[in-house]
Amino acid sequence: MTQLDDAVLLEKEDRAGPLRAALSSQTAGPLAALVLAVVIFSATTDSFLNAGNLSLIAQQSVVVGTLALGQTLVILTAGIDLSNGAIMVLASVVIGNLATDGNVFGALLAGLAVCLVLGLLNGVLVAQFSLPPFIVTLGVLSVLTAAARLYTDSQSYPIDSAFLTALNGGPTVGGVTITYGVLLWIGLTAILGYALTQTAWGVRVYAVGDNPRAAALTGIKVKRVLLSVYLTAAVVYAFAAWQALGRTPTADPSGYSTANLDSITAVVIGGTSLFGGRGGVVGTLIGALIVTVLANGLTQAGIDSLYQQVATGILVVIAVAVDHFVRTRQTR
Amino acid sequence: MKVTRVAAAGLAAGIFLSATACGSDDGGSSSGGGSDSGDVTIGIVELNLSNPFFGTLQKATESAATAKGWKTMKAEAKVPGDSATQVTAIENMIANKVKAIVLDPANPTALNPVVKKARDQGILVITVNATLTPIEGADATFATDNTAAGKLIGQWAKASAPAKPRIAMLDFDLSDGPAGGRHNGFLEGYGIKDGDPSIAGSALTKGTIETGQSAMENLLSAHPDINVVYTINEPVARGANTALKNKGLADKATVVSVDGACSGVQDVKDGIIGATAMQFPSKMGQLAVDAISKYLADGTKPTAGLNDSGTTLITDKPVDGLESQTSDWGLQNCWGEK
Repeated sequence: MTQLDDAVLLEKEDRAGPLRAALSSQTAGPLAALVLAVVIFSATTDSFLNAGNLSLIAQQSVVVGTLALGQTLVILTAGIDLSNGAIMVLASVVIGNLATDGNVFGALLAGLAVCLVLGLLNGVLVAQFSLPPFIVTLGVLSVLTAAARLYTDSQSYPIDSAFLTALNGGPTVGGVTITYGVLLWIGLTAILGYALTQTAWGVRVYAVGDNPRAAALTGIKVKRVLLSVYLTAAVVYAFAAWQALGRTPTADPSGYSTANLDSITAVVIGGTSLFGGRGGVVGTLIGALIVTVLANGLTQAGIDSLYQQVATGILVVIAVAVDHFVRTRQTR
Repeated sequence: MKVTRVAAAGLAAGIFLSATACGSDDGGSSSGGGSDSGDVTIGIVELNLSNPFFGTLQKATESAATAKGWKTMKAEAKVPGDSATQVTAIENMIANKVKAIVLDPANPTALNPVVKKARDQGILVITVNATLTPIEGADATFATDNTAAGKLIGQWAKASAPAKPRIAMLDFDLSDGPAGGRHNGFLEGYGIKDGDPSIAGSALTKGTIETGQSAMENLLSAHPDINVVYTINEPVARGANTALKNKGLADKATVVSVDGACSGVQDVKDGIIGATAMQFPSKMGQLAVDAISKYLADGTKPTAGLNDSGTTLITDKPVDGLESQTSDWGLQNCWGEK
């Protein structure tokens, strides 16, 4: 019961105000890391700190960043989704293929349908059949990777529809474009952040992730909550597919092959616990930005890009270590 | 409850089996034992088929073998650099007593022991597309001379470059044989060395459109004056073009590439790529099968070392002293989907 009390407490704490929730200790660490990285690259390169480059970093983050929002929901329930990148890629090639007929709106809806069906598949296997999410989504990942290539014969579809690439456009403020894709990413983060911290659904998600048995004892329908999480994540992946077409106007079955792991990296660096029940989408947004800042800054500093992977890996280990430390202190 | 558990287990097993089965046949698709006297079976070991180049190479090899009345065993790496799957596949092929193996190695050294094992059993091993290190590890190699391919686009870029070149190098993991060859060949053709001040910057891609785009964006952020872009392949060139276009710099920079896929040649025609060096994967497969046929007929082994399957410079802006073909010719001779 203490677990649920924690959840209720968490809810009360967050009701104190979204600002305080955003600045709670879970996002403070990632935010400090982001600021530190920005300061270091601004000091060591001439080109890093300017509005154009910062806008670019946001644009480069949106696809994996949006996927990571869905991933956050799944990880909050102590699950993991290895198939999210593959779901997005399959949706984007389906959209790309159907859009060749000119019905771009229908194509986008078909992409959403693909995501929902696959989210439902993952959700049913995990919730109804109590299968481990790691294995379920690993299997689905493999099937979908092949399916996307079989469907397209390993070819990519150029996207020339203004509607499908609309997220790459956007208002220009002082010579810097703020793309609709970036705004959508921030908007989705705000909506999911609100749903997680300010609604009964959010409390249930945290409770199920923290301790499913305790949650069930208090009358929470655990299976229904799990299914809703996988379906919500699927909708987010559909947005990610649209983001991907806007950013790179090609539906490519070979693209984004490591987006699943990249999204998990963003979630973990963002301070969400892989054990479930703790974390949030604001941290994930910061986590995705940190990964992009490292790649962008190190390239501009002329440092071998393999060191980007080294730096990202070290951050992941630090994030998990911090999480472990916090967790053991809490249970003591 | 029991029923659902069993159903779930069955479903999970089904997904897992189909998951492990995809991507690699590991000899499972063997169309015959190959041990019967008179029957010829050859093994074809390819790289990851997510790249249409390797699919074209595999199909060409297979159809040339089928035309000779041979049976084939096929296997392919799951991801770039996946030599472990290839080793297992070759072990299975040795056990199946194939007469020859056409191998596109995922790693220049990791496959040496298993290739030696095959050759010790009298199996002819020919590598295509890439080589082993040392190259004598296999009986012969039919591949693009990637250094020569890089040199062609380097020379073309030099001849058509602006007076003050600022070069971006969009590479793939340079431990990969073809990637290293193209990189060095480009520099040689351009007449510069790594670290030359005219190189504005370099970045690692995964050989895909979106990684090419991000790499180019990052380099442009630091060096907006980049006007020559070397790309490891045409998908990366496509991504680089998107990055240049977004910054309004597409007209100011010349992009060169290697591959000769139909989509890439179309990009040459559309002015997205200035010049590309076309490879001939179908020819590699055909040459390999011809060499095996000759060996099986009278025991003549193919010439050891690298047998160049040829490279042709494709550009619509030819330069003096450098032989090239137009994009229209390229579209007649390219590989992959048009």
